[in-house]
Parts: sequence; C-alpha cells; structure tokens
Amino acid sequence: MTDRDRPAPEAFLRAAAQEGRGKLKIFLGAAPGVGKTYEMLSEGAARRRAGVDVVVGVVETHGRAETQALTHDLEILPRRSEPYQGRVLDEMDLDALLERRPQLALVDELAHTNAPGSRHPKRYQDVEELLAAGIDVYSTINVQHIESLNDIVASFTRIRVRETVPDSVLEQAEIEVVDIPPDELIERLKEGKVYLPHEATRALGHFFSKSNLSALRELALRRAAQAVDAQMLEHLRANALGGTWAGSERIVVAVSELSGADGLVRAAKRIADALHAPWTAVHIETARTRQFDPEDHKRVAAVLALATQLGGQVATLPAASVTEGLKTFLTDARATQLIVGKSSRSRLFELRHGSVVDRLVRQTPDVAVHVLPLKPATADVPARSRKRKRSLGDWGAPSGYVYTSLMVAGVTAAGSSLFHILDLGNVALLFLLPVMAAASLFGLRTGLFAGLLSSLAYNFFFLPPTGTLTVNNPENVISIIVLLGVAAVTSQLTSRVRLQADLAATSARTNAALAGYLREITALNDADEVARAACVEIARLLAVKVVLLKQSETGFAIQAASEAGFDLETMELAAAQWVSDTGQPAGRGTATLTASDWRFQPLQAGERILGVLGLARDDGGDPVRSDQLALLASLIDQTALALERLRLETEMRDVDTVRERDRLRAALLSSVSHDLRTPLTSVLAAAAELRRTREDPLLETIESEAMRLNRFVANLLDMTRVEAGALKLNIEPVDLTDAVASAVHDTRRSLEGHAIQLEVAPDLPLVRVDPQLFHHCLLNLLDNAGRYGNPGSPITVRAERRYDDLLLSVLDEGVGVPPGREDEVFETFRRLEGSDRSISGTGLGLAIVKGFAEAMGMTVSATNRTDRTGAVFTIGFPERLLVRGSDQELDI
Amino acid sequence: MNAIRVLLVDDDLHIRRLLHSTLERGGYEVIEAKTAAEALELAARHQPEAVLLDLGLPDRDGLEIIQLLRQRTPAPILVISAREATDHKVAALDLGAADYVTKPFDSDEVLARLRAALRDRLAVQGAAPIVNAGQVTIDLTNRAITRGDEEVHLTRKEFSVLQQLAQHPGRVVTHQKILEANWPHEADRRVDYLRIVIRNLRQKLEDDPASPRLIINELGVGYRLIADL
Repeated sequence: MTDRDRPAPEAFLRAAAQEGRGKLKIFLGAAPGVGKTYEMLSEGAARRRAGVDVVVGVVETHGRAETQALTHDLEILPRRSEPYQGRVLDEMDLDALLERRPQLALVDELAHTNAPGSRHPKRYQDVEELLAAGIDVYSTINVQHIESLNDIVASFTRIRVRETVPDSVLEQAEIEVVDIPPDELIERLKEGKVYLPHEATRALGHFFSKSNLSALRELALRRAAQAVDAQMLEHLRANALGGTWAGSERIVVAVSELSGADGLVRAAKRIADALHAPWTAVHIETARTRQFDPEDHKRVAAVLALATQLGGQVATLPAASVTEGLKTFLTDARATQLIVGKSSRSRLFELRHGSVVDRLVRQTPDVAVHVLPLKPATADVPARSRKRKRSLGDWGAPSGYVYTSLMVAGVTAAGSSLFHILDLGNVALLFLLPVMAAASLFGLRTGLFAGLLSSLAYNFFFLPPTGTLTVNNPENVISIIVLLGVAAVTSQLTSRVRLQADLAATSARTNAALAGYLREITALNDADEVARAACVEIARLLAVKVVLLKQSETGFAIQAASEAGFDLETMELAAAQWVSDTGQPAGRGTATLTASDWRFQPLQAGERILGVLGLARDDGGDPVRSDQLALLASLIDQTALALERLRLETEMRDVDTVRERDRLRAALLSSVSHDLRTPLTSVLAAAAELRRTREDPLLETIESEAMRLNRFVANLLDMTRVEAGALKLNIEPVDLTDAVASAVHDTRRSLEGHAIQLEVAPDLPLVRVDPQLFHHCLLNLLDNAGRYGNPGSPITVRAERRYDDLLLSVLDEGVGVPPGREDEVFETFRRLEGSDRSISGTGLGLAIVKGFAEAMGMTVSATNRTDRTGAVFTIGFPERLLVRGSDQELDI
Repeated sequence: MNAIRVLLVDDDLHIRRLLHSTLERGGYEVIEAKTAAEALELAARHQPEAVLLDLGLPDRDGLEIIQLLRQRTPAPILVISAREATDHKVAALDLGAADYVTKPFDSDEVLARLRAALRDRLAVQGAAPIVNAGQVTIDLTNRAITRGDEEVHLTRKEFSVLQQLAQHPGRVVTHQKILEANWPHEADRRVDYLRIVIRNLRQKLEDDPASPRLIINELGVGYRLIADL
C-alpha cells in the first residue's frame, strides 16, 4: 500500500467528528423570493409526519399566507427579545432550543446577524452549536450571502450584502437548491409575493433584473454542484478510492508553440461553456523550450493570452517531457477532460518517439482525451522549416575547437608513443576520449568536429597506409563511423541533461524571485513605497525599465519608476490611460498600440484597476520574453494584491473614523440634551409648584424664560443635526390635523395672548414626513409668529390643497418681512430689522425650518400678507409627499 | 386604606425632590432610589404599586432596567425621558413601560399619567366596561357609543380601534399595537389606514375635529384617549 492509497488521517478525524453530531441541510436560493423558507417548512412538516421531533427555532414567513399555513402543524419556539438602541430585536432562543432538544430544528436565514448582546454574533454559529449538540438543522441561505461568492455577486449586482456565511459551513452541509426560473420570480415580485424590506425596494429593483437573476441562479446551481464535489473528494480521501470522480467537469487544454494552438484554446472554451466547467490552458516547458526562437515564444504567449481573454486559467509547468508534465498537471487539477492537438509529424517520428496522445490515453485512464488536428496557418510554414535547420544546435565557442584540437593532438601523440604495445583497435578507442569530452563540454558541433578530427588523425597517423588519408581496409571505415556516431550521441545526451538542469534552475530562480519579491512588498505599509519597490524589483528581475502610473486627484500620472528622472511621451501616456480605462494590456508585444517601445499592463484587483505598469527595454526590443510572461503575470498580480490590501486598509480606517465621529456626535447630543433638560425641568417644575401657593409675576418670568431656554437648546441641537448633513429620516404618513394640534399644544405657553385660528380642512390628504422633524418646523413657525406678531393679534394656521400640491401656511399680524429680502429670513442667525422693537430670538428657528423641510423634500417660502400687514410662512408639500387616496373615503 | 406606594427612580436630587412633593400632593407614599441597583432592590423589597423611572441613570441603560424591573414587580412603570427620539419611547413601551413623560414635564401631567397607569392596572383585575370621555360614553360590554344623548354609529374598524384605546383610558397605545390588532394580515405597517380611521372617529366624536381633545396623537408613537378618570 502506498502513501497515496492509505486513507488520509484528517479525513478520518473529520468523519469521526461527524458521528454523534447533527446533520445540516441547507436550502440554497438564488435570490429572495424563490421559496426557500416554504421548501424548508414543507420538508420539516413531512419529517414531522414521519414521526421526527421537529421544532421551528426561527422562521420569517413575512406574512405570506402559504408559508404561514405550513407553520401551523409545527411547534414554534417563542423568540427571545433583545433590546438594542431603542428598538427591540427578536432573536432565536438558542438556550431554549438546546434545552428542548428536538431531533430536527428549522432555523431560517443562516446568514442572519444576531442582535448585539446575543451569545454569538452570527446565526450560523448558533446553528454550529445546535449541530454540536447532536440536533439536525435545516436552514436557508441566498447565494449572495456565501463568503466566496460575495465579491462576484457584488460585482454584477452592484449590491454588496454584509452578512456572509463562511464556505466551511456549507462544506459540511447537504445542499438543496430551491430554484425557479427568473421570469417566474420577476412575476412573483410584481405580484408583491416577495417580501422586501421597505427601504430597500428601490435598490433591489435593479437587483431583480433578469440578467442578474440568471447569473445568480447559475451561481447557486454551480455552488451546489461544487459542494457535492467537495464532499465526494472527502469521501474519496476517507475511503482511499483511487481515480477521479467527475462531480463536475474540469477541462485542460495543452498548448504548444506550434501554430494552430489558438484553435485548440477556442475549442476548449466551447466545450467548457457547454459543460459549465472551469478550464485551464497549460503549456509544458521541456528541454526543447530552451531552443525556441522568439517567434515560438511569441506564439505561446499569444495563445496563453487568448486563453485568459476567453476566461480560462493559464499555467506553465516545467517537466522532463510533455507526457510527464501533463500527467502531473491533470492529476493535481483533478481534470476530467483533456484537449490536445495532433501535430502533423512524420510516421517515422512517431515510431521512434511514440505518440504523446497514445501515452496519455494509456497513463491517465480517468481523463477523456479529445484529439483535434492542428491547422497551421500557411504563413507559418517557413518558420517551421527554419526550425529544422536550427535543431542542429549552436556552433559553440571558438575556444572549444582549440581545446578539442589540442586534445586530439594529445591523444595522437599518446597513441604513437604507445603504438608498439597497442593494437590498432585499441588506438581507435583512445580517440573516443577527446570526442566524448568535446561533445559533453562544448556541444554537438564541437563534438562532431572532434569526431572528424579524430578520424582524420587516426587515419593519417595509424591506419595503413600511414601518412595518407586513404583507407584500404573496409573494417577501418567502421572505426571512423563509430567515432562520428559517438560524438553525435554523446553531445545529444549531455546537451539534454544540461538543458534540463538549466530549466530546473530557471524555475527555481523564478520561484525564489517571486518569493523574495513578495517578502519585499508585503512588508511595506505605504502605497507609494510599494509602487517604488515594485518598479525597482521588477526592473531588476526582468532587466527592463519599469514605470508605474496611477490615477490621482490631479490626473493620470507616474507614481513611481525604476530609475529617477525619466518621462513618458504623450503617446505613451495615452496608451497607459487606455490600459487603465479598459483593463487590457497595450503597447509592444500586445494587440493594441504596438508601435510603442513600452508595454503597459493593468494592475487589476477584482474589477478595480489600481494602476498601470509600463515596461521597456533600453535597446528598444521586446520588453518581455514569452518565458518571462508567467513571471511577469505573477509579479503584477502580487503588486496589485499588495496595493489593493493597502487601499482596503485605508478605506477601512476612513470608515472607522467616520463611524467613530458619528458615534461621538450622537453621544454628545444625547448627553447635552439630557444634561441641559434635567436642570430646566427642575426649574420649570419648581416654579410651577411655587405658583400653586403664591401669586408672583416673577414666577411667571422664571417659567417663560426657562421655556425659552428650552427651545433654544432644542434649536441648537437641531441646527447641529442640519449642519452635520446627516439627518436620519423616519418617514410615515402624518395627518396634518395631528401635527398642527401637537404643535399648537406645545407652544401654548409662549403664544399666550394670541388666538390661534385653525383652517385645516379635515379631508386633506396625509403627508409623508418625519413627524418629529415636522413638529419642530411647526414649533419654530408658530414661535416665530408669536414673536413677530403684534401682541394679542391672532395667528392663523391654514392648510389648502391646490391642483398638484398642498400648502401649509402660518400667518401673523405684525410688521411682516422686508420686501425683496424674503429669502434671507431663512438664513442662519439672520434677524431682519423690521421695526424699532428689539425681539428676542436666536435667529436659528427659520434656518431649522428650512433645513428640516428641505431634507424631507418640502419647500419653504416667506411673503407678506395681502389682506393686512403681517408675514406668511408657507411650507409646500409636492405631490409625491401626499398619500394617494387618503383624502377619499376608504372602506375601513 | 393605605396610600398607594410609588417608587421614584432618578439620579438628580432636584428632580427627585420635586417629584417627591408632587407625588405627595397627589396622595401617594413615595420611596426613592438614586441608582438602578437601588431601584431593583427596593422594587423587590417593598413591592411598590407604581414606578416612576428616569431613563438616564448613570449605572445602567434605561431600557435594560425596564426589563429587569418587569421581572421583579408587576407594578406599572412610568418612564421619564429627556430624549425626544420617538423610537426610544416606542422601545420603552414595547419592553413593558406603561407610559412616558418627556422632560421638561408638567407636574399635573405626571399625576394624570400615573393615575391612568394605575387605573389600567386595576382595570385588568376587574374591567370597567364603561368609559367616559367628555360628552362621549363608551359602553364596551354593549358596544354602544353615545355622544351627549345621541347614539353614534361606528363602522366595525372604527369601533375596534376605539375599543382598544378605551381599554387603556389615558394611556398611550402604540401604532404598532393598534395595527397588529386591527390589520393583522397587512405585511406592511399601514399607518395611513389608521390615520384615516382616527380622522373618521374624530369627525364623529370630537366637538372640533381640527383641534382634537379626546383622541390625542403622540408624535411618532401612538394615540391616547383622554378619558375622565
């Protein structure tokens, strides 16, 4: 039994932990409204009919009748109330549920966040505890709440949900997809059968587009398939079953330098699409790769780039042979299908080397192998014939020939001095030494040169007739051929070994370079430093000039460069800008703007483009060789990740700062309001008590001044809220009768002496406002009328419906507002001098009216009365703030 | 008969002193607590018949104390709040407070609220079937409403809402409670329906529907039926 076949110990441990533990089943939906809760309850009810002890831990029926009906047969655990910031949140009563110990608990909305103060912050942790206690759990979740899919969903729906569940929770669960077609869901949404939180309706309108729903649905189905796959792997590992079980398909396409590989990649994409499978294009680097000319490198790079463009993964793997490399890769990736091209090699070549395809089929029996013909473009034929010639190898260094000649001369000298004790055949063997040495040290051509030289020397000095180059004995011809043959074979073998060693060294160097680079940039905590380090390091690793450009407040500009003081031309900047806008590479060696010396690559993290990296070579050549492309891609990825990490950290800090500031402000306001109101209350109440037993005008002064102080405090607090610009609105339909009556009631003391005339018809439509803020508007308008109206004059509150809006006016009888300066009265601290009388006030009241009214979507205006002198302050409610139909008789 | 015992909880000496004299004027026996801890202990030891509770105590969150008091005593809790925020009041009511007053308050108002809360507690024990509010008489047993000498005809919904208010005369009833009782099948909170019903009730019961005296709106919280106690 090999190590591979033995069951993995951790898989055993996990299986053991599963025993005695409850089982989790998750109903997975693509979007709200697909009927997960309904499905969960029906299954729960079915289990109950089968005699299982089922309890509903928590369920959100959102008042849907069909769903509600399902709960009738089930025992429902009462919820626990958790007070939080002035609200009461109902949460699942975990302890009661653990105590009740049903066999099966139904727990809706796995991603729910518990109210602060609960035992666990998240509901899935409650579920974890239930499972640990041996209780089976049914739960529900929408696909966008799955941690690993959160980003993807947010990227196309533009809505990010904050409540997520880690994938590990799903991995231990049985998953059932609750699926309805998008059209049907949209229909249900229109019919109002989908519960949405009221405030989210508008945002979700976009969310529920057909394309979004289709994509979400696909994600849900794929996630479920993936879960099955993961569990299968676990099962395999626990039972040490060999082989690949295809839960879902994984496709690998092998690409080579031969032209036509792009066709393979396209075919792979089509097959992958049809199977909804992930796919990877892999290039196996062998000893032969070292002999590629620039054209070959370019072709491989282009094919891999094409695969990326078509949505596939790409990989490059060094290996001793293509077959070996592919075998390893297929096993590691648990691939189920392989696509290879069949090159038009000669029959002879296949007889000698065996067909790669045949070997693959024999050695990877679990993988389906598709063999497609490679169709080379005609323009490439000369390139291939050129290669044939080139395969003879390099000429080698001149010094090699000198050494070789010396060695041959040495052997010749040694042979002549020993000729009297050696026979002719053994002398020939001596000549093998320089041939093998030359071939292994200096390569094929030098080796052949050694072979030729040796046979000439052998012939001239030793073969009879000596002193000539003629051969009279045919068996001596064989000696010459052997010498040449040995040279050829030895040089081939050693060059192969050397190439492979080089390859391994390159690969090790690449990995070491990457690791070093990672260490370098992850240690930095500043985006500019990362940019600078990235430029310097990439420049060093790839031996190029590097520049990093970034969008900043001042425009698109160079953020860092590998060497100081060089600039890009306008055209290069435009190319970089284009890369930043499109996310596609451009410049030398790409498909776009190829005339430039520079190659620009986007630094991309997810959908976001963080910057553009530019590379160029001093001699104006191609900035990146194809065998460096994989390294460059890794370097760019790492750089982008490092920059993204820093960006997120900054963002997080900013959010924290804002949140902290808001919290402090709220705390301050609340404590100011408490600390100021409490003494005011004492003063007022004390004065009121005294007034019971004593008549004294001073008491009245105390009372009215304290009341005024109270209004000032309220106004100051209100103004702070307006200026903070973050009014939290709590909109509800309000009856103007109620609003006016409350305001009149609260200002009764300060308006003493003024008769209040109400002209508010009882059949006006309701208005949508924040009752508290609107109350403050009215208080300030009435207060203002009381202060600027003549003593004892009546104040009128009038509401009238006009064609498409509703106006509420407060009319006083006083000096009115100075003509032409009507708008100024609403400015902070503005008190218009209309008369000699000095009138007390903070000058805040009307500014608050304007601030609040406009925040709620209303208009304010001030004019003078036409029927008599005095001011009119009017609040206008546009049509959309009126509650439709509320002015008609409703049958309720 | 002994005077009714009220537990007064406030950390401010002056407020305590004032409310103490107000309560004594109203004929109550007063015990005082300065902190939440003290309040909880006194509530358990002396079993007061009502609690006046300031929500801004230094040692504990106000809403939390309501719950803890509820576990110790059935006495109605009248909350004194310095905050205007309506959601805070609604939360206090939902947690079991009987009613609230906002600082600065009127001492007569405090006494009226306390009376209503205590009456409500007695009514639970043996319900008073007839509620008088100004000219209006609400006979809950016979479902008959009269204004002056005339009988008033209400729709089912109107009666049902009025009945709910009359069961707690003088006390605020939150929108949420009224909506739950009368529109149990509406998923959304249809405050607008309630507003219309109240408007119709006022048309039928109030002398001047434009300045209501019987059915009072509490901003953002609920409605209160001002009854003769």
